[in-house]
Amino acid sequence: MTDLQLGQIVAERDVHLTRDSLARYAGASGDFNPIHLRDDIAQSVGLPGVIAHGMLTMGLAIQPVIEWLGGDARRILDYGVRFTRPVVVDPVDGADVHIEAKVGALDDPAGIRIDLTVTAAGQTVLGKAQVRIAP
Amino acid sequence: MPVNLDLAGRTYPPTEPYLVGREKVREFADAVFATSPLSFDVEAARAAGYADLVAPPTFAVVIQGRTWDHLIGDPEAGIELSRVLHGEQRFSATRPIVAGDELTAALTVTQVRAVGGNTMVTAETVITDADGEHVVTATSVLVAGADA
Repeated sequence: MTDLQLGQIVAERDVHLTRDSLARYAGASGDFNPIHLRDDIAQSVGLPGVIAHGMLTMGLAIQPVIEWLGGDARRILDYGVRFTRPVVVDPVDGADVHIEAKVGALDDPAGIRIDLTVTAAGQTVLGKAQVRIAP
Repeated sequence: MPVNLDLAGRTYPPTEPYLVGREKVREFADAVFATSPLSFDVEAARAAGYADLVAPPTFAVVIQGRTWDHLIGDPEAGIELSRVLHGEQRFSATRPIVAGDELTAALTVTQVRAVGGNTMVTAETVITDADGEHVVTATSVLVAGADA
């Protein structure tokens, strides 16, 4: 950790989401909002179709950081995101989510800040996605 | 009915204790594409100094969700679920959640403000263990539409 550089990419990952992934997350989390399961209901609220749970995107986006920490989340003090764009999950093609984790700040006495860039279909889907890690 | 702007400062009673199950941790870890053996293999978790399987950081939303029911279900709050978007989410942890934890959660509305045509409601859920010790605080910003 001592030889980290500002802007250094510490982890990267691609995740392929399918409609099955959304059903699985609905069951695991207890969030059965139908906009994550039914196209007709998603479209009735102005979405192009079923979208991933924001909390699923948030939940998977931190996984490469946990891997980088050797699998132990103990040092993760704080994790926050803004949900800026929905991840539309096609019934056939699914959706590809790309995560890049880089060092955002090193000078905070409260810990290292890792900034996540999370994109789907070429657009950023989470804003200000930051993880604070104990020094 | 519009969102009640006097909601700020309101605290709802704590939820009934939620017992974190080992299989629930595995199921949730699987659903968020976790790879850490600490979420799947009890021996690995114990070797790392935990009592049991370690839940991913966002697992707290499962317990937090129960406190949202208080807020949405409060007729005085004026928050209609079908008109609410999840704008922001944050978890501030003292320690990870571990299988076997008995967790209690209480939600406080910390801020209500009108932004453009929407109302932004900030709700802070404090999650504590059976000893009353802080585990994690889950904070959400909910965006309620103007014509709600």
